Amino acid sequence: MAFLAGVGLEPSGTTPHLLFMGFQGTFAIITAALISGALVERMKFVSYVVFIGLWGLAVYAPVCHWVWGGGWLGGMGALDFAGGAVVHVNAGVAALVAARVLGPRKDYGREALLPHNVPFVLLGAGVLWFGWFGFNGGSALAADGIAALALVNTLLAPAAGIFAWTLLDRFTTGKITAVGIATAIVVGLVAITPAAGFVSPGGALALGAFGVIPSYYLIRWRTRTSLDDSLDVFAAHGMGGIMGALLTGVLATTVINSGGANGLLFGGGVTQLGIQALSVLAVAVYSGVLTYLILKLVGLMTKLRADSSDEGLGMDIVAHGEEAYATGEGAVLLNEAEAPERVNGLTKKD
Amino acid sequence: MKLVKAIVRPSRLPDVLRALYAADITGLTVSRVRGHGGEVEVVETYRGTTVKMEMHDKVMIDIGVSDTFVDIAVDAICGSAATGNVGDGKIFVLPVERVVRVRTGEEDVAAVTPVR
Repeated sequence: MAFLAGVGLEPSGTTPHLLFMGFQGTFAIITAALISGALVERMKFVSYVVFIGLWGLAVYAPVCHWVWGGGWLGGMGALDFAGGAVVHVNAGVAALVAARVLGPRKDYGREALLPHNVPFVLLGAGVLWFGWFGFNGGSALAADGIAALALVNTLLAPAAGIFAWTLLDRFTTGKITAVGIATAIVVGLVAITPAAGFVSPGGALALGAFGVIPSYYLIRWRTRTSLDDSLDVFAAHGMGGIMGALLTGVLATTVINSGGANGLLFGGGVTQLGIQALSVLAVAVYSGVLTYLILKLVGLMTKLRADSSDEGLGMDIVAHGEEAYATGEGAVLLNEAEAPERVNGLTKKD
Repeated sequence: MKLVKAIVRPSRLPDVLRALYAADITGLTVSRVRGHGGEVEVVETYRGTTVKMEMHDKVMIDIGVSDTFVDIAVDAICGSAATGNVGDGKIFVLPVERVVRVRTGEEDVAAVTPVR
């Protein structure tokens, strides 16, 4: 089906095939954004582009097929409503491996590398939460009761996640932080993703509250290690996805969605929990191994990392020829004719 | 009494501060500045507008020291701020007429001696 041949306006299930393609595409591309969070400020842009292209084909596409495309995990009964394993465990493990292969930023562990704009963090968390209603609500693939359930659960789980996170913050560091709340929102969203259409609103509250706890401690531990997973992609998305997938096997109930299954607390025994655990393990192992191999392959073609001096100057200036926060002070207009020959964004020194 | 004014790369600031503290120099003021000192120029493009950035971000450190501490301060900064490339910065040493510690009214050497 090259170039969408055969993907038209005729329904595929409940929605036009073309719409389904676009919707699935948003899941695929979000993994690129997630993984980039572990590589920021040091990976060469071209290496990243080549890597993520190969990763999408060799890792995302098959894993997506396993769960949603009639593959073996879906056939086995693994529940993943909107991508807990497919998107978040998958990208989280890839981020972990990539951060390790690439190594830390040159100042990591030596200098404080802080979020540079807390209002932007909060703005981003808000935009993300809004967008997530599309991911989870849309995964019902119809404007029906299950879509309503998924949407409400997507509201409740992060709220419960904020509650648990602020308590942990209050009794661990003594202060409740805004960046912490933004993180709790993301982890709560990730955790409810596989469960959104399979658990009751009460279940979503419990899932959000308990689901964020491992991520909280993992982030605290990670920052004390040499692992520069810069935006805590594994701790937030990987761990959140693992908890969400497992808790789906605990809290899912066919009373609320007859198309789902019964979890541990609803008379399903450990069967569903076991299937969920297997799906997490399979996705994590496949993603981890393939990510490592793809990075090594790209590393044979081109350097993965920018030079240390370029890293110090900043990838915005060196790789892209613009400053993220340009003041315009001391900028001199250049005509085409006077434009000096560029070497990696810097002018050639005579 | 001297005022040591050092202009260094922002990325070296943590090392410079560490070196100064290690040399027992704890009273200082840091400001973000932009300047030009013959570094390689950076060319940037914004929606078709190409510019040459002549000013580069630097950090200026002002330290009031007694005469005996001048060389110690200069050595600490040189040792910690140098990368060997153009644009590492400058250090200026200026005479100071009078220093007053606001809290106590102490003057000159007493005013720049760290409180124990």
